[in-house]
Amino acid sequence: MAKNQYTYAVARIRAMEVSLFSQAVIDQLLACKDEKQCISLLQEKGWGNADTPADAEAILTCEREKTWKEVKGLVDDMSVFDVVSYPDLFHNLKAAIKVAATGEESSDIFISDTKIPAEEMLEIVKNKEFSRLPDYMANAAEEAYEALLHTHDGQLCDIIIDRAALLAIYAAGRKAKDAIIRDYAESTVAVADIKIAVRSQKTAKSLEFMKRAMAECDSISVDALCKAALNGMDAIQEYLEGTAYKGGAEALRESTSAFECWCDNRIIETIKPQLYNPFTIGPIVAYVLARENEIKTVRIILTGKQNAFPDDSIRERVREMYV
Amino acid sequence: MSELGIVYALLGAAAAVLLAGTGSAIGVGIAGQAASGVVTEDPSKFAKVLIMQLLPGTQGIYGLLVGFITLSKIGLLGGGAADIDVKTGLMILAACLPIGIVGLLSAISQGKTSAAAIGIVAKKPEQFGKAMLFPAMVETYAILALLISILAVTAIQV
Repeated sequence: MAKNQYTYAVARIRAMEVSLFSQAVIDQLLACKDEKQCISLLQEKGWGNADTPADAEAILTCEREKTWKEVKGLVDDMSVFDVVSYPDLFHNLKAAIKVAATGEESSDIFISDTKIPAEEMLEIVKNKEFSRLPDYMANAAEEAYEALLHTHDGQLCDIIIDRAALLAIYAAGRKAKDAIIRDYAESTVAVADIKIAVRSQKTAKSLEFMKRAMAECDSISVDALCKAALNGMDAIQEYLEGTAYKGGAEALRESTSAFECWCDNRIIETIKPQLYNPFTIGPIVAYVLARENEIKTVRIILTGKQNAFPDDSIRERVREMYV
Repeated sequence: MSELGIVYALLGAAAAVLLAGTGSAIGVGIAGQAASGVVTEDPSKFAKVLIMQLLPGTQGIYGLLVGFITLSKIGLLGGGAADIDVKTGLMILAACLPIGIVGLLSAISQGKTSAAAIGIVAKKPEQFGKAMLFPAMVETYAILALLISILAVTAIQV
C-alpha cells in the first residue's frame, strides 16, 4: 500500500488549499491604500500568529515557518523537498562566505530553519572545513570563498554559488521518482539560465561569464543561449521561440517586469497539473511552491505599497496564483 | 467423492465473502485516510466525508448477501448439509465468483475514487452531490456482478 501513503496528506493539503489566496484576495490587497491597511487585511486573513508584530517582514517569515511546520508534520522523508529548499541553503552559504570574508557580523541576512543551521554554516566557512559540507556544496563553497578573498569580486562569488545551487537542484530533480520534482527542477534551471542570458545581455557580459553562471539542462542549450545573448535581445527572443519557453520571448517583448513575472509564472504552470493528482507527493510539493509564490507576491505588493508605487506598476509584477 | 461437492460450494460462499470483504476493507481504508486528512483541517465536513468513506463498503455487504444465500442453498444454515455432487458444487463456486472478483476490484477502485472525490468536498463542499456521483459510478459494476451471482446461485438445482 506504499503508493497510497500520501492519501491522508494530500486530502489535508486539499483542505489547506482553501485558505491560499485567490486572485480576488490579491486584488483586495492591491486595492489597499497603504502598507498598514495591507497588513491589517493579512492579519484578518489569519496571517501571522497572535504574538507576531504588525510588521511586514515578521508576518512573511511567520507564514514561511508555518508552511514548513505543516509539511514536516505530513511527510516523513523530507528529502523530496531538497529541490525546493536548496536555494535557501545556498543563500546561507553565500551569506556565510561574505560574513567570513569581510568579517562583518550580521545575523539577519541568514534564512532560518535550513538543513544546515546558519550558525553551523558560518562556523564551517570560518574554519575552512569545507569537507563538512555536502558534496554538492563543498567544491563550490571553497572556490567561491577563495575567489572572494583574492579578487574581492562579490558577483563572481555569487555566480559560483548560484551555479552550484542550480546543479544541485537539477541533480536532485534527476534522482527524484516523482514527475513534479523532475519538472520543477528542469523548469527552475532553464528559467534561471534564461534570466542569466537576459541580464548578461543587458549588462554586456562576456561569453565566459555566462558559461560560468549557467547550468546545463535538457530543455535549453547553454551554448545556443549564450551565443544568442551575445547577438542581442532579439536573438534571445528568437532562440526562445523554438523552445518550450516561447512565452518568455513574448514577455521580453512586453517589458522587463513582465519577463520577471513570466519566470515565476512558468514554475507555477509546471505544478498546476498536480492540483488533480490525489495519491502522490505532487500536491504537497505543489502546495509548498504555491505558498512560496503567494508569500513572494504579498512581499511584492507590500514593498510596492511601502514605496508608494502606482497600482499598475505593482499589478504588472504580481504573480499568477495557484488556486 | 460426493463430499467434495459441498466443499466446492462452501468455497464459493467463502470466496464471495472473503474477496468482496477484503476489497471493501481496502477501499474504505483508502477513503478513510483521505477523510481523516480533511477532518484534521476542517471537522465541520465530517458528515460529508463519512458518506464518501462508506461508499466502498457496499461490496462487502453484497459478498455477505451472496455468501448467505449460498449457505442457505446448501443447507448449512438449517443444520443439515445437502447432498451435493462435484458438478453442482463447482457450479455454485463459479456462481459466487462474479461478486467475489468484481467486488474486490471495484471496492479498491471505488476507494480511490472516493479519496479523490473527498478532495472535491475539501475544496468545494457545495459540490458534494456531484462529487458523490464519481465513486457511485463504480458501484454499477458491483451491482451487475451481484445480480449475476444471485441469479446463478438461486438457479442451481440442489
